[in-house]
Amino acid sequence: MGRTLAEKVWDEHVVRSHEGEPDLLYIDLHLIHEVTSPQAFDGLRLAGRSVRRPDLTIATEDHNIPTTDLDKPIADLVSRTQVETLRRNCEEFGVRLHPMGDIDQGIVHVVGPQLGLTQPGMTIVCGDSHTATHGAFGSIAFGIGTSEVEHVLATQSLSQARPKMMAVEVVGDLPAGSTAKDLILALITQETTGGGQGYIVEYRGDAIRALSMEARMTICNMSIEWGAKAGLIAPDQVTYDYLRGRPSAPTGADWDAAVAHWDSLVTDDDAEFDKVITIDASTITPFVTWGTNPGQGVPLSGNVPDPASFEDDNERIAAENALTYMGLTAGTPMKDIKVDTVFIGSCTNGRIEDLRVAASLMKGHKVADDTRILVVPGSVRVRLQAEQEGLDVIFKEAGAEWRGAGCSMCLGMNPDQLMVGERAASTSNRNFEGRQGKGGRTHLVSPDVAVATGILGHLAGPADLVQLEKAGA
Amino acid sequence: MEKFTTHTGVAVPLRRSNVDTDQIIPAHWLKKVTRDGFEDGLFEAWRKDPEFVLNRPVYADATVLVAGPDFGTGSSREHAVWALQNFGFKVVVSPRFADIFRGNSGKSGLLAAQVDDKVVQRLWDHLDANPGATVSLDLVNRTVRAGEGVDAIEDSFTIDDYTRWRLLEGLDDVGITLSHEEDIVTYEAARPAYKPVTL
Repeated sequence: MGRTLAEKVWDEHVVRSHEGEPDLLYIDLHLIHEVTSPQAFDGLRLAGRSVRRPDLTIATEDHNIPTTDLDKPIADLVSRTQVETLRRNCEEFGVRLHPMGDIDQGIVHVVGPQLGLTQPGMTIVCGDSHTATHGAFGSIAFGIGTSEVEHVLATQSLSQARPKMMAVEVVGDLPAGSTAKDLILALITQETTGGGQGYIVEYRGDAIRALSMEARMTICNMSIEWGAKAGLIAPDQVTYDYLRGRPSAPTGADWDAAVAHWDSLVTDDDAEFDKVITIDASTITPFVTWGTNPGQGVPLSGNVPDPASFEDDNERIAAENALTYMGLTAGTPMKDIKVDTVFIGSCTNGRIEDLRVAASLMKGHKVADDTRILVVPGSVRVRLQAEQEGLDVIFKEAGAEWRGAGCSMCLGMNPDQLMVGERAASTSNRNFEGRQGKGGRTHLVSPDVAVATGILGHLAGPADLVQLEKAGA
Repeated sequence: MEKFTTHTGVAVPLRRSNVDTDQIIPAHWLKKVTRDGFEDGLFEAWRKDPEFVLNRPVYADATVLVAGPDFGTGSSREHAVWALQNFGFKVVVSPRFADIFRGNSGKSGLLAAQVDDKVVQRLWDHLDANPGATVSLDLVNRTVRAGEGVDAIEDSFTIDDYTRWRLLEGLDDVGITLSHEEDIVTYEAARPAYKPVTL
C-alpha cells in the first residue's frame, strides 16, 4: 500500500522504533525564541549538557519586542530580562541569534521560510504552537513545550507517538474576494477546535494547489486551532519557485538532488488516510469569528448566533459565555458590529503578500474616525520590502500606524494591547478571552476584511469598500 | 521527576469546555524565566470574579481539576502545566485534552487523565453536591474513583502506555534518549548533504 506525504517524511526521520515506545524522530531544524526557551537552557546547565547541534538551531526575538521606539532599550524590564536571557543563552551555547535591530529579526515562523531554512521533507519544531506554518512546504512541523525544547537541544530528537493521518480535500475554486484565511476559518468552524486532534492533516485539492506559498502558510499556520498535530501541503513548483535562491536553499547539484527527492514525497495514489473530510471552496465567503475560540465563526454576511441553536450542552454554554464576554446580542448582523482597533500582522497574516493586499485595498481611503489600524510586518525584511514598494506610504496616508516587526498584538506580550472592552478585528489566529489584552474582544478576520473594517469602522468586507467607492464616485 | 502511582485529593469542578492555555496562564506571565511562581497567574482573569469556583475556600487545597472537553487548547506554553502544579494540582481530568498540553503534562509530572464525557458530568454533579469531596486516581490500574456506596463513581481513564510508564517510574526523558545516543549518531551519518544548516 502507498504512503501519505506525512508518513514518508515521518519514516525518513525515525531514529529508533521499538514496540511499546513512541518513535524517536530526528529533528532537522529547531527554531527558538525568548519566551519558551529560558527554562530549557537552565535544564541543560543543571545537567551539564550542551546543545547537540547548534548548526540545526536558530533563534530570534519576537514575542516581547516593541513595535515602536526601536532605537531604545525595551522599557518593560521583565520583557527586557527575558530577551537578554535569550542573548546570554545563545552566546553560551553557540546558537545563531537574530536579535532586535538585526535585518533577519522577526516572527520566528516568518524568518525560517524567508531564510530558506524551511524546506520540503523536513522535521521542524519550535516552542510555539504555530510552528505548523512551515508545513506549507511539505514538512512535518509542530509546536512543542519547554521540556521538549530542552530535549531537542540536548539530543536533536524527540519521542513522538505516530499520529493518525487525515486528508482535507478542498474541492472547487475559491471565489474572487475570498481568501485562504476565510477558508481556514470556515474549516475550523465546521470541524470545531478539537476536530483535528490526534491527526497530521494534509490539505489537498486544486484550490490548495492554486494558492501562493504565503497563502498556504496561512492555512497550515492555523492547523493547531482545530487541534491538529501538524498541517502540511505537498511541495510543487510553487514551493520550489518560492524557495530557490533563498540564502539557505540548496544550490547546483544539491538543488537537483533535493528536488528529485522532494518530488518523491507526495502522497501515493493508493495511500489511505485514516480520515478524509471535504470542504467546498466555491461556497466560501469572507468569514469572521463572533466568539472566544477560533471555532466560533460565521460568514461576515451572517448574524451573531443564538446560543440556544447549539444542541451540544458544552457548545451552548460556551456560546453563552462567549456572547457575554464579547458584549454581543444574538441575532445582530455581524456587519453592524463596530470595531475600535484593526490589527494587521502576525505569523498568520504578516507577510509581504498580506501587506500588498492590505495596501491595495487601503489606497485612497481614510481610516474611520474612532478606529485605528495597526500594520505590523512579520519581519524586518518584510518591513523593508514593503517600504521599497511604497506600501508604508499608502498605510500612513490612510491614517494607519506603520510599526516595527514582531508578534505584537497577536498576543500582547509587548505594549501593543487592547484595553478592557476594546473591540478588534485581527488578522491573527486566536480570539481567546484576554488574548490581545485583558478584557479585549477579538474578531478573527482576513487582511481584506481587516482593511474594509478599519475604513468603515464596523466589520465589513472588500465588497462594502467597492460600494463606498461607487457612492463616492 | 517524582514518581506518580496513586493520588487522592480535593477535586474542583470546572464546568467549562475549551479551556485554552491563555486562560490557564495569561501571556504576560510568560515573561518569567523560571519554572516556579506561576500560581498567582493561574486562571488569573476568572479568579477576579469572587464567584469563580477556585476562589471558594473549600478548594484552597485542591489537587484535582475536573474540566470539560478540549482542555489546554491553543498556545504550546508549558507554563500552563507549571501554573497548575505551582497552585498544587497533581491531576487534571477531562474528556479530551489538546495534544501539546497532554504532552507537556507528561513531561512535567502532571497526570492528564482522559475519561468519558459522562464520567465528567457525574463527577461534576457529585462534587457540586459535596463541595470539598475528594477524587482518587490510580495510575497503576488507570481508574478514577469518587463517592461511596450506591452513588460511588468508578471508571477507567485513558493514558498512553509510555507516558504511564514514565510517570510511574519518574523517569527523565532526556536521559532515556541519551541512552540511545548511538542510534542518533548512526542516523546523523546518513543525513543528505542538501539539508540546511544554520551555522
